[in-house]
Amino acid sequence: MNLELKSTQSLESSNPSGFVPDGPPVIHCEHVCKRFYEPVEPGDGDVVRRGWLGRRKREVMAVDDVTFDAHRGEVLGILGANGSGKSTLIRLISTLLFPDSGVVEVFGMDAVKQPQAIRRRINRVSVEASFFKKLSAMENLMFAGRLYGLPPAETRQRAGAILERLGFSRGKMHASLENMSRGQQQKVSIARAFMTRPELLLLDEPTTGLDPKSRRDVQDFVEDIIAERKTTMILTTHDMAEAERLCDRVAILDRGRLVVLDTPRALKQMAGPNVQSFEDVFFAFVGKDWKEVVEDEDFA
Amino acid sequence: MRTSLNVRPIAEVRTMYAFVERNFRLAKRYLSWEVVHIFYSLINAMTIGLIGYATPSSQRAETTLYLVIGALLWGYLSILFDEVANSISYERWEGTIEYTFMAPIRRLTHLLGTCLYGATYGMIRTLIVLVAIAWFFRLPLSHANLWSAILVLIVSSLSFMGLGLIAAVLPLLSTERGAQATHIIQGVILLISGIYYPVTILPHWVQWMSWLSPATYALNMSREALLHGAGLDQLWLPLVELALIGVILVPIGLAIFVAAERYAMRTGRLKRNG
Repeated sequence: MNLELKSTQSLESSNPSGFVPDGPPVIHCEHVCKRFYEPVEPGDGDVVRRGWLGRRKREVMAVDDVTFDAHRGEVLGILGANGSGKSTLIRLISTLLFPDSGVVEVFGMDAVKQPQAIRRRINRVSVEASFFKKLSAMENLMFAGRLYGLPPAETRQRAGAILERLGFSRGKMHASLENMSRGQQQKVSIARAFMTRPELLLLDEPTTGLDPKSRRDVQDFVEDIIAERKTTMILTTHDMAEAERLCDRVAILDRGRLVVLDTPRALKQMAGPNVQSFEDVFFAFVGKDWKEVVEDEDFA
Repeated sequence: MRTSLNVRPIAEVRTMYAFVERNFRLAKRYLSWEVVHIFYSLINAMTIGLIGYATPSSQRAETTLYLVIGALLWGYLSILFDEVANSISYERWEGTIEYTFMAPIRRLTHLLGTCLYGATYGMIRTLIVLVAIAWFFRLPLSHANLWSAILVLIVSSLSFMGLGLIAAVLPLLSTERGAQATHIIQGVILLISGIYYPVTILPHWVQWMSWLSPATYALNMSREALLHGAGLDQLWLPLVELALIGVILVPIGLAIFVAAERYAMRTGRLKRNG
Protein backbone atom coordinates (compact mmCIF):
# COMPACT_ATOMS: atom_id res chain seq x y z
CA MET A 1 0.00 0.00 0.00
CA ASN A 2 1.51 3.32 -1.06
CA LEU A 3 -0.07 6.39 0.38
CA GLU A 4 -0.02 9.84 -1.18
CA LEU A 5 2.38 12.47 0.16
CA LYS A 6 0.98 13.91 3.32
CA SER A 7 2.50 16.69 5.32
CA THR A 8 0.45 17.87 8.22
CA GLN A 9 1.20 20.49 10.80
CA SER A 10 -0.58 18.70 13.61
CA LEU A 11 2.15 19.00 16.21
CA GLU A 12 -0.10 20.51 18.83
CA SER A 13 -2.83 17.96 18.43
CA SER A 14 -1.04 14.67 18.17
CA ASN A 15 2.48 14.97 19.52
CA PRO A 16 2.87 12.91 22.69
CA SER A 17 6.03 14.81 23.62
CA GLY A 18 4.00 18.00 23.86
CA PHE A 19 6.42 19.94 21.67
CA VAL A 20 4.94 23.17 20.38
CA PRO A 21 6.80 25.05 17.62
CA ASP A 22 7.82 28.53 18.56
CA GLY A 23 9.07 31.39 16.39
CA PRO A 24 10.44 31.26 12.86
CA PRO A 25 11.76 27.94 11.56
CA VAL A 26 15.38 27.01 12.26
CA ILE A 27 15.49 25.09 8.97
CA HIS A 28 13.45 26.07 5.96
CA CYS A 29 13.76 23.86 2.89
CA GLU A 30 11.64 24.78 -0.10
CA HIS A 31 11.47 22.71 -3.28
CA VAL A 32 15.05 21.56 -2.80
CA CYS A 33 16.53 19.41 -5.56
CA LYS A 34 19.97 17.84 -5.78
CA ARG A 35 21.17 15.49 -8.47
CA PHE A 36 24.50 13.77 -8.91
CA TYR A 37 26.16 12.31 -11.97
CA GLU A 38 27.82 8.95 -11.47
CA PRO A 39 29.87 6.72 -13.78
CA VAL A 40 27.74 4.60 -16.07
CA GLU A 41 27.49 0.91 -15.27
CA PRO A 42 26.30 -1.85 -17.61
CA GLY A 43 22.52 -1.85 -17.85
CA ASP A 44 22.06 1.79 -16.84
CA GLY A 45 19.14 3.38 -18.62
CA ASP A 46 19.14 7.17 -18.24
CA VAL A 47 22.53 8.13 -19.56
CA VAL A 48 23.47 11.76 -20.12
CA ARG A 49 26.64 13.40 -21.44
CA ARG A 50 28.36 15.72 -18.98
CA GLY A 51 31.40 17.98 -18.82
CA TRP A 52 33.56 19.38 -21.58
CA LEU A 53 34.62 15.85 -22.55
CA GLY A 54 30.98 14.83 -22.88
CA ARG A 55 31.48 11.75 -20.71
CA ARG A 56 28.57 9.37 -20.30
CA LYS A 57 27.06 9.65 -16.85
CA ARG A 58 24.10 8.29 -14.96
CA GLU A 59 21.86 10.92 -13.40
CA VAL A 60 20.87 10.23 -9.81
CA MET A 61 18.18 12.38 -8.23
CA ALA A 62 19.38 12.40 -4.62
CA VAL A 63 16.90 14.97 -3.30
CA ASP A 64 13.76 15.60 -5.29
CA ASP A 65 11.60 18.65 -4.57
CA VAL A 66 11.80 18.42 -0.79
CA THR A 67 9.96 21.04 1.28
CA PHE A 68 9.80 21.16 5.08
CA ASP A 69 10.48 23.34 8.11
CA ALA A 70 12.04 22.45 11.46
CA HIS A 71 11.52 24.60 14.53
CA ARG A 72 13.59 25.58 17.53
CA GLY A 73 13.95 22.73 20.00
CA GLU A 74 12.32 20.22 17.67
CA VAL A 75 13.70 16.76 16.97
CA LEU A 76 12.95 15.87 13.36
CA GLY A 77 13.60 12.27 12.38
CA ILE A 78 14.37 11.26 8.80
CA LEU A 79 13.83 7.66 7.77
CA GLY A 80 14.69 6.09 4.47
CA ALA A 81 16.54 3.30 2.75
CA ASN A 82 20.13 3.52 1.56
CA GLY A 83 20.27 6.11 -1.24
CA SER A 84 16.97 7.71 -0.26
CA GLY A 85 18.66 11.10 0.16
CA LYS A 86 18.98 11.34 3.97
CA SER A 87 22.70 12.09 4.05
CA THR A 88 22.46 14.42 1.04
CA LEU A 89 19.79 16.40 2.87
CA ILE A 90 22.03 16.58 5.96
CA ARG A 91 24.93 17.79 3.78
CA LEU A 92 22.74 20.45 2.17
CA ILE A 93 21.70 21.76 5.59
CA SER A 94 25.25 21.60 6.93
CA THR A 95 26.46 23.88 4.07
CA LEU A 96 28.64 21.17 2.51
CA LEU A 97 26.54 20.93 -0.63
CA PHE A 98 24.80 23.47 -2.82
CA PRO A 99 21.28 22.63 -3.98
CA ASP A 100 20.66 22.57 -7.73
CA SER A 101 17.41 24.40 -7.17
CA GLY A 102 15.20 25.44 -4.30
CA VAL A 103 16.01 27.20 -1.05
CA VAL A 104 17.83 25.92 2.03
CA GLU A 105 17.69 28.42 4.88
CA VAL A 106 19.12 27.83 8.33
CA PHE A 107 18.35 30.39 11.06
CA GLY A 108 16.82 32.49 8.30
CA MET A 109 20.10 32.60 6.37
CA ASP A 110 20.70 31.20 2.93
CA ALA A 111 22.94 28.12 3.17
CA VAL A 112 24.66 28.98 -0.12
CA LYS A 113 25.18 32.70 0.46
CA GLN A 114 25.92 32.78 4.19
CA PRO A 115 27.50 29.44 5.07
CA GLN A 116 30.02 30.90 7.50
CA ALA A 117 27.39 32.49 9.74
CA ILE A 118 25.43 29.22 9.78
CA ARG A 119 28.46 27.06 10.54
CA ARG A 120 29.09 28.91 13.80
CA ARG A 121 25.75 27.70 15.12
CA ILE A 122 25.57 24.10 13.91
CA ASN A 123 27.41 20.82 14.33
CA ARG A 124 27.10 17.28 13.13
CA VAL A 125 27.57 13.66 14.09
CA SER A 126 27.96 11.35 11.12
CA VAL A 127 27.60 7.59 10.86
CA GLU A 128 31.37 7.18 10.63
CA ALA A 129 33.31 8.55 13.59
CA SER A 130 35.63 10.73 11.50
CA PHE A 131 38.84 11.46 13.33
CA PHE A 132 42.59 11.38 12.97
CA LYS A 133 42.65 7.88 14.45
CA LYS A 134 46.29 7.99 15.53
CA LEU A 135 45.52 10.90 17.82
CA SER A 136 43.86 10.51 21.19
CA ALA A 137 40.25 11.46 21.87
CA MET A 138 41.39 14.59 23.71
CA GLU A 139 43.83 15.61 20.97
CA ASN A 140 41.07 15.37 18.37
CA LEU A 141 38.69 17.29 20.60
CA MET A 142 41.27 20.00 21.31
CA PHE A 143 41.69 20.49 17.56
CA ALA A 144 37.93 20.71 17.03
CA GLY A 145 37.60 23.08 19.99
CA ARG A 146 40.18 25.44 18.54
CA LEU A 147 38.32 25.51 15.21
CA TYR A 148 35.19 26.62 17.07
CA GLY A 149 37.09 29.24 19.08
CA LEU A 150 37.00 27.37 22.39
CA PRO A 151 39.94 27.91 24.78
CA PRO A 152 41.73 24.60 25.54
CA ALA A 153 40.70 24.61 29.21
CA GLU A 154 37.05 25.02 28.25
CA THR A 155 37.32 22.26 25.65
CA ARG A 156 38.80 19.93 28.25
CA GLN A 157 36.10 20.77 30.76
CA ARG A 158 33.13 20.56 28.36
CA ALA A 159 34.31 17.47 26.48
CA GLY A 160 35.29 15.72 29.72
CA ALA A 161 31.85 16.35 31.20
CA ILE A 162 30.04 15.04 28.10
CA LEU A 163 32.24 11.96 27.82
CA GLU A 164 31.69 11.17 31.47
CA ARG A 165 27.93 11.44 30.99
CA LEU A 166 28.30 9.01 28.10
CA GLY A 167 30.10 6.53 30.33
CA PHE A 168 33.49 7.11 28.71
CA SER A 169 36.25 6.64 31.27
CA ARG A 170 38.67 9.53 31.84
CA GLY A 171 41.61 7.15 31.53
CA LYS A 172 40.75 6.51 27.88
CA MET A 173 40.69 10.16 26.87
CA HIS A 174 44.42 10.15 26.16
CA ALA A 175 44.54 6.81 24.37
CA SER A 176 44.79 6.62 20.59
CA LEU A 177 41.37 6.40 18.92
CA GLU A 178 42.51 3.57 16.66
CA ASN A 179 42.50 1.27 19.68
CA MET A 180 38.92 2.07 20.63
CA SER A 181 35.68 0.34 19.73
CA ARG A 182 33.24 1.96 17.31
CA GLY A 183 30.93 2.76 20.22
CA GLN A 184 33.69 4.58 22.07
CA GLN A 185 34.70 6.48 18.93
CA GLN A 186 31.11 7.51 18.34
CA LYS A 187 30.89 8.84 21.90
CA VAL A 188 33.90 11.03 21.18
CA SER A 189 32.17 12.16 18.00
CA ILE A 190 29.12 13.12 20.03
CA ALA A 191 31.29 15.01 22.52
CA ARG A 192 32.89 16.88 19.62
CA ALA A 193 29.51 18.00 18.35
CA PHE A 194 27.88 18.86 21.68
CA MET A 195 30.85 20.64 23.27
CA THR A 196 30.40 23.55 20.83
CA ARG A 197 26.81 23.93 22.14
CA PRO A 198 25.24 24.11 18.69
CA GLU A 199 21.75 25.49 18.21
CA LEU A 200 21.22 22.98 15.42
CA LEU A 201 22.60 19.47 15.56
CA LEU A 202 22.60 17.12 12.59
CA LEU A 203 22.73 13.52 13.76
CA ASP A 204 23.33 11.25 10.77
CA GLU A 205 22.75 7.69 12.01
CA PRO A 206 24.61 8.30 15.30
CA THR A 207 23.74 4.89 16.73
CA THR A 208 24.12 2.69 13.64
CA GLY A 209 26.45 -0.22 14.30
CA LEU A 210 26.81 0.44 18.03
CA ASP A 211 26.60 -2.25 20.67
CA PRO A 212 23.39 -2.18 22.77
CA LYS A 213 25.01 -0.46 25.74
CA SER A 214 26.66 2.28 23.69
CA ARG A 215 23.41 2.77 21.80
CA ARG A 216 21.50 3.19 25.05
CA ASP A 217 24.14 5.57 26.44
CA VAL A 218 23.92 7.75 23.33
CA GLN A 219 20.11 7.69 23.23
CA ASP A 220 19.88 8.59 26.94
CA PHE A 221 22.28 11.47 26.42
CA VAL A 222 20.37 12.78 23.41
CA GLU A 223 17.14 12.47 25.39
CA ASP A 224 18.64 14.61 28.18
CA ILE A 225 19.55 17.28 25.63
CA ILE A 226 16.07 17.11 24.11
CA ALA A 227 14.55 17.73 27.55
CA GLU A 228 16.34 21.09 27.67
CA ARG A 229 14.63 22.04 24.35
CA LYS A 230 17.42 24.41 23.38
CA THR A 231 18.87 22.44 20.48
CA THR A 232 17.08 21.65 17.26
CA MET A 233 18.01 18.19 16.00
CA ILE A 234 17.74 16.41 12.71
CA LEU A 235 18.11 12.70 13.32
CA THR A 236 18.49 10.10 10.59
CA THR A 237 18.31 6.59 11.90
CA HIS A 238 17.72 2.95 11.04
CA ASP A 239 16.32 2.29 14.46
CA MET A 240 12.54 2.66 14.26
CA ALA A 241 12.12 2.49 18.01
CA GLU A 242 14.70 5.24 18.35
CA ALA A 243 12.82 7.43 15.86
CA GLU A 244 9.55 6.87 17.67
CA ARG A 245 11.11 7.47 21.08
CA LEU A 246 13.17 10.57 20.32
CA CYS A 247 11.49 12.42 17.45
CA ASP A 248 8.72 15.00 17.60
CA ARG A 249 8.07 14.49 13.90
CA VAL A 250 9.30 11.94 11.41
CA ALA A 251 9.86 12.39 7.68
CA ILE A 252 10.08 9.41 5.35
CA LEU A 253 12.23 9.77 2.26
CA ASP A 254 12.09 7.46 -0.72
CA ARG A 255 14.33 7.91 -3.78
CA GLY A 256 14.92 11.53 -2.83
CA ARG A 257 11.26 12.42 -2.36
CA LEU A 258 9.63 13.36 0.88
CA VAL A 259 6.81 10.85 1.13
CA VAL A 260 5.31 11.95 4.41
CA LEU A 261 6.09 14.13 7.40
CA ASP A 262 4.22 14.15 10.68
CA THR A 263 4.31 13.13 14.31
CA PRO A 264 4.89 9.42 15.00
CA ARG A 265 1.36 9.07 16.32
CA ALA A 266 -0.20 10.82 13.29
CA LEU A 267 1.85 8.66 10.93
CA LYS A 268 0.52 5.53 12.59
CA GLN A 269 -3.01 6.81 12.28
CA MET A 270 -2.51 7.73 8.63
CA ALA A 271 -0.95 4.37 7.84
CA GLY A 272 -4.14 2.52 8.71
CA PRO A 273 -6.00 0.79 11.48
CA ASN A 274 -3.96 -2.42 11.42
CA VAL A 275 -0.61 -0.73 11.86
CA GLN A 276 1.16 -1.88 14.99
CA SER A 277 4.80 -0.88 14.71
CA PHE A 278 6.78 1.87 13.02
CA GLU A 279 8.11 -0.73 10.58
CA ASP A 280 4.50 -1.12 9.41
CA VAL A 281 4.28 2.65 8.98
CA PHE A 282 7.34 2.58 6.71
CA PHE A 283 5.86 -0.27 4.68
CA ALA A 284 2.55 1.55 4.34
CA PHE A 285 4.15 4.67 2.89
CA VAL A 286 7.06 3.28 0.89
CA GLY A 287 5.88 -0.21 0.00
CA LYS A 288 9.12 -1.81 1.15
CA ASP A 289 9.70 -4.02 4.15
CA TRP A 290 11.95 -2.18 6.61
CA LYS A 291 13.85 -5.31 7.64
CA GLU A 292 14.71 -6.01 3.99
CA VAL A 293 15.83 -2.42 3.53
CA VAL A 294 18.18 -2.64 6.52
CA GLU A 295 19.49 -6.07 5.44
CA ASP A 296 20.14 -4.73 1.92
CA GLU A 297 22.21 -1.95 3.46
CA ASP A 298 24.19 -4.42 5.53
CA PHE A 299 25.18 -6.17 2.30
CA ALA A 300 25.71 -2.95 0.33
CA MET B 1 31.41 30.37 20.36
CA ARG B 2 32.26 33.13 17.92
CA THR B 3 29.32 35.27 16.97
CA SER B 4 30.94 37.98 14.89
CA LEU B 5 32.05 37.77 11.30
CA ASN B 6 34.67 40.49 11.78
CA VAL B 7 38.29 39.48 11.39
CA ARG B 8 39.90 39.08 14.80
CA PRO B 9 43.62 38.60 14.29
CA ILE B 10 44.29 36.78 17.58
CA ALA B 11 41.40 34.36 16.98
CA GLU B 12 42.64 33.73 13.44
CA VAL B 13 46.18 33.04 14.67
CA ARG B 14 44.77 30.62 17.26
CA THR B 15 42.87 28.81 14.51
CA MET B 16 46.00 28.64 12.36
CA TYR B 17 47.83 27.24 15.36
CA ALA B 18 45.18 24.49 15.61
CA PHE B 19 46.47 23.02 12.33
CA VAL B 20 50.11 23.40 13.35
CA GLU B 21 49.47 21.75 16.71
CA ARG B 22 47.40 18.90 15.26
CA ASN B 23 49.95 18.11 12.57
CA PHE B 24 52.87 18.13 15.01
CA ARG B 25 50.89 15.82 17.27
CA LEU B 26 50.37 13.52 14.31
CA ALA B 27 54.08 13.65 13.51
CA LYS B 28 54.75 12.66 17.13
CA ARG B 29 52.35 9.73 16.84
CA TYR B 30 54.10 8.63 13.65
CA LEU B 31 57.52 9.12 15.21
CA SER B 32 59.05 5.96 13.78
CA TRP B 33 58.05 7.14 10.28
CA GLU B 34 59.60 10.53 11.00
CA VAL B 35 62.87 8.80 11.91
CA VAL B 36 62.68 6.78 8.68
CA HIS B 37 62.01 9.92 6.60
CA ILE B 38 64.91 11.81 8.17
CA PHE B 39 67.18 8.81 7.73
CA TYR B 40 66.22 8.57 4.05
CA SER B 41 66.68 12.33 3.48
CA LEU B 42 70.08 12.13 5.16
CA ILE B 43 71.24 9.18 3.07
CA ASN B 44 69.85 10.82 -0.07
CA ALA B 45 71.77 14.05 0.58
CA MET B 46 74.95 12.11 1.44
CA THR B 47 74.70 9.97 -1.69
CA ILE B 48 74.26 13.02 -3.88
CA GLY B 49 77.05 14.88 -2.08
CA LEU B 50 79.40 11.92 -2.60
CA ILE B 51 79.08 12.38 -6.37
CA GLY B 52 81.25 15.46 -5.79
CA TYR B 53 84.03 13.18 -4.58
CA ALA B 54 84.31 11.76 -8.09
CA THR B 55 85.52 15.16 -9.36
CA PRO B 56 89.17 16.32 -9.28
CA SER B 57 90.32 17.34 -5.78
CA SER B 58 90.55 21.03 -6.77
CA GLN B 59 86.79 21.10 -7.50
CA ARG B 60 85.71 18.54 -4.94
CA ALA B 61 84.68 20.81 -2.07
CA GLU B 62 82.75 23.24 -4.26
CA THR B 63 81.01 20.51 -6.26
CA THR B 64 80.03 18.66 -3.10
CA LEU B 65 78.61 21.83 -1.56
CA TYR B 66 76.84 22.66 -4.84
CA LEU B 67 75.13 19.24 -4.80
CA VAL B 68 74.37 19.28 -1.09
CA ILE B 69 72.72 22.71 -1.39
CA GLY B 70 70.48 21.25 -4.11
CA ALA B 71 69.60 18.22 -2.00
CA LEU B 72 68.86 20.28 1.11
CA LEU B 73 66.86 23.01 -0.58
CA TRP B 74 64.90 20.51 -2.63
CA GLY B 75 64.33 18.47 0.53
CA TYR B 76 62.84 21.52 2.24
CA LEU B 77 60.78 22.79 -0.69
CA SER B 78 59.39 19.35 -1.51
CA ILE B 79 58.33 18.82 2.13
CA LEU B 80 56.57 22.18 2.10
CA PHE B 81 54.92 21.47 -1.25
CA ASP B 82 53.91 17.96 -0.13
CA GLU B 83 52.40 19.06 3.17
CA VAL B 84 50.33 21.83 1.57
CA ALA B 85 49.34 19.96 -1.59
CA ASN B 86 48.42 16.73 0.21
CA SER B 87 46.74 18.29 3.24
CA ILE B 88 43.36 17.67 1.60
CA SER B 89 44.27 14.07 0.73
CA TYR B 90 45.16 13.39 4.38
CA GLU B 91 41.79 14.78 5.49
CA ARG B 92 40.01 12.57 2.96
CA TRP B 93 41.90 9.45 4.00
CA GLU B 94 41.12 10.06 7.66
CA GLY B 95 37.51 10.97 6.87
CA THR B 96 37.70 14.37 8.56
CA ILE B 97 37.33 16.53 5.45
CA GLU B 98 33.65 17.34 5.96
CA TYR B 99 34.22 18.33 9.59
CA THR B 100 37.10 20.64 8.67
CA PHE B 101 35.16 22.23 5.83
CA MET B 102 32.01 22.81 7.88
CA ALA B 103 33.95 24.34 10.77
CA PRO B 104 33.38 28.10 11.15
CA ILE B 105 36.83 29.10 9.93
CA ARG B 106 38.04 31.11 6.99
CA ARG B 107 39.59 29.04 4.23
CA LEU B 108 42.47 31.50 4.23
CA THR B 109 43.14 30.77 7.92
CA HIS B 110 42.83 27.02 7.33
CA LEU B 111 45.29 27.02 4.43
CA LEU B 112 47.74 29.43 6.02
CA GLY B 113 47.76 27.20 9.10
CA THR B 114 48.64 24.25 6.87
CA CYS B 115 51.38 26.31 5.16
CA LEU B 116 52.78 27.43 8.51
CA TYR B 117 53.04 23.82 9.63
CA GLY B 118 54.64 22.77 6.32
CA ALA B 119 57.28 25.51 6.59
CA THR B 120 58.06 24.84 10.27
CA TYR B 121 58.17 21.08 9.86
CA GLY B 122 60.25 21.34 6.67
CA MET B 123 62.76 23.64 8.35
CA ILE B 124 63.17 21.34 11.35
CA ARG B 125 63.77 18.30 9.13
CA THR B 126 66.14 20.21 6.87
CA LEU B 127 68.07 21.56 9.85
CA ILE B 128 68.59 18.05 11.23
CA VAL B 129 69.86 16.84 7.85
CA LEU B 130 72.03 19.95 7.42
CA VAL B 131 73.79 19.43 10.75
CA ALA B 132 74.50 15.77 9.95
CA ILE B 133 75.66 16.54 6.40
CA ALA B 134 77.88 19.44 7.48
CA TRP B 135 79.57 17.13 9.99
CA PHE B 136 79.92 14.26 7.49
CA PHE B 137 81.38 16.29 4.61
CA ARG B 138 83.18 18.91 6.71
CA LEU B 139 81.48 21.42 4.41
CA PRO B 140 83.61 24.50 3.60
CA LEU B 141 81.24 27.12 4.97
CA SER B 142 83.84 29.69 5.98
CA HIS B 143 82.96 31.92 3.00
CA ALA B 144 79.26 31.23 3.22
CA ASN B 145 76.75 33.95 3.99
CA LEU B 146 74.31 31.95 6.12
CA TRP B 147 71.97 34.87 6.80
CA SER B 148 71.43 35.44 3.08
CA ALA B 149 70.79 31.71 2.62
CA ILE B 150 68.21 31.69 5.43
CA LEU B 151 66.48 34.72 3.93
CA VAL B 152 66.35 32.99 0.54
CA LEU B 153 64.81 29.94 2.24
CA ILE B 154 62.13 32.05 3.90
CA VAL B 155 61.28 34.04 0.76
CA SER B 156 61.19 30.91 -1.42
CA SER B 157 58.75 29.32 1.06
CA LEU B 158 56.12 31.84 0.03
CA SER B 159 56.16 30.86 -3.64
CA PHE B 160 56.16 27.14 -2.80
CA MET B 161 53.16 27.69 -0.54
CA GLY B 162 51.43 29.24 -3.55
CA LEU B 163 52.35 26.27 -5.74
CA GLY B 164 51.22 23.89 -2.99
CA LEU B 165 47.86 25.67 -2.73
CA ILE B 166 47.33 25.38 -6.48
CA ALA B 167 48.24 21.68 -6.33
CA ALA B 168 45.99 21.11 -3.27
CA VAL B 169 43.02 21.78 -5.53
CA LEU B 170 43.65 18.51 -7.35
CA PRO B 171 42.99 16.14 -4.40
CA LEU B 172 39.97 18.31 -3.59
CA LEU B 173 38.47 17.43 -6.97
CA SER B 174 39.63 13.84 -7.27
CA THR B 175 41.19 11.91 -4.39
CA GLU B 176 43.43 9.44 -6.15
CA ARG B 177 44.08 11.23 -9.43
CA GLY B 178 44.66 14.45 -7.55
CA ALA B 179 47.34 12.86 -5.38
CA GLN B 180 48.92 11.35 -8.50
CA ALA B 181 48.91 14.71 -10.26
CA THR B 182 50.66 16.45 -7.34
CA HIS B 183 53.50 13.93 -7.62
CA ILE B 184 53.81 14.63 -11.34
CA ILE B 185 53.96 18.40 -10.69
CA GLN B 186 56.63 17.79 -8.06
CA GLY B 187 58.61 15.67 -10.53
CA VAL B 188 58.45 18.36 -13.20
CA ILE B 189 59.68 21.03 -10.74
CA LEU B 190 62.55 18.70 -9.77
CA LEU B 191 63.51 18.29 -13.42
CA ILE B 192 63.38 21.92 -14.52
CA SER B 193 64.75 23.76 -11.49
CA GLY B 194 68.41 22.79 -11.71
CA ILE B 195 68.49 21.07 -8.35
CA TYR B 196 71.65 19.05 -9.10
CA TYR B 197 72.87 20.65 -12.34
CA PRO B 198 72.84 24.04 -14.05
CA VAL B 199 69.62 24.56 -16.00
CA THR B 200 71.76 25.44 -19.05
CA ILE B 201 72.39 21.74 -19.65
CA LEU B 202 68.68 21.08 -20.13
CA PRO B 203 67.39 20.73 -23.72
CA HIS B 204 66.31 24.10 -25.10
CA TRP B 205 62.68 23.14 -25.29
CA VAL B 206 62.71 22.42 -21.53
CA GLN B 207 65.05 25.19 -20.46
CA TRP B 208 62.55 28.02 -20.76
CA MET B 209 60.35 26.25 -18.20
CA SER B 210 63.07 26.51 -15.58
CA TRP B 211 62.50 30.26 -15.43
CA LEU B 212 58.89 29.62 -14.43
CA SER B 213 59.95 27.61 -11.38
CA PRO B 214 60.59 29.59 -8.18
CA ALA B 215 62.99 26.82 -7.13
CA THR B 216 65.40 27.88 -9.90
CA TYR B 217 65.74 31.38 -8.42
CA ALA B 218 65.93 30.02 -4.87
CA LEU B 219 68.72 27.61 -5.79
CA ASN B 220 70.74 30.19 -7.71
CA MET B 221 70.61 32.58 -4.77
CA SER B 222 71.32 29.90 -2.15
CA ARG B 223 74.39 28.81 -4.10
CA GLU B 224 75.56 32.37 -4.51
CA ALA B 225 75.17 32.92 -0.75
CA LEU B 226 76.75 29.66 0.40
CA LEU B 227 79.42 29.13 -2.26
CA HIS B 228 80.46 32.73 -2.92
CA GLY B 229 79.31 34.52 0.20
CA ALA B 230 76.90 36.79 -1.67
CA GLY B 231 75.15 39.28 0.61
CA LEU B 232 71.90 41.18 0.34
CA ASP B 233 73.61 43.94 -1.66
CA GLN B 234 74.08 41.39 -4.49
CA LEU B 235 70.94 39.33 -3.98
CA TRP B 236 68.31 41.97 -3.30
CA LEU B 237 66.98 42.14 -6.84
CA PRO B 238 66.44 38.39 -7.38
CA LEU B 239 65.11 38.22 -3.81
CA VAL B 240 62.52 40.87 -4.65
CA GLU B 241 61.66 38.93 -7.82
CA LEU B 242 61.24 35.70 -5.83
CA ALA B 243 59.13 37.50 -3.22
CA LEU B 244 56.97 38.92 -6.01
CA ILE B 245 56.42 35.44 -7.44
CA GLY B 246 55.27 34.34 -3.97
CA VAL B 247 53.07 37.39 -3.47
CA ILE B 248 51.39 36.62 -6.80
CA LEU B 249 51.21 32.82 -6.38
CA VAL B 250 49.69 32.72 -2.86
CA PRO B 251 46.53 34.75 -3.68
CA ILE B 252 46.21 32.91 -7.00
CA GLY B 253 46.46 29.60 -5.15
CA LEU B 254 43.86 30.72 -2.61
CA ALA B 255 41.49 31.99 -5.30
CA ILE B 256 41.77 28.74 -7.26
CA PHE B 257 41.25 26.73 -4.08
CA VAL B 258 38.11 28.66 -3.10
CA ALA B 259 36.72 28.31 -6.64
CA ALA B 260 37.46 24.57 -6.55
CA GLU B 261 35.80 24.28 -3.13
CA ARG B 262 32.63 25.83 -4.52
CA TYR B 263 32.77 23.46 -7.49
CA ALA B 264 33.21 20.53 -5.09
CA MET B 265 30.20 21.72 -3.09
CA ARG B 266 28.13 21.96 -6.24
CA THR B 267 29.07 18.52 -7.52
CA GLY B 268 29.18 16.68 -4.20
CA ARG B 269 32.89 15.92 -4.25
CA LEU B 270 33.45 17.24 -0.75
CA LYS B 271 32.94 13.98 1.01
CA ARG B 272 35.20 11.59 2.85
CA ASN B 273 35.88 9.13 0.06
CA GLY B 274 35.93 11.61 -2.78
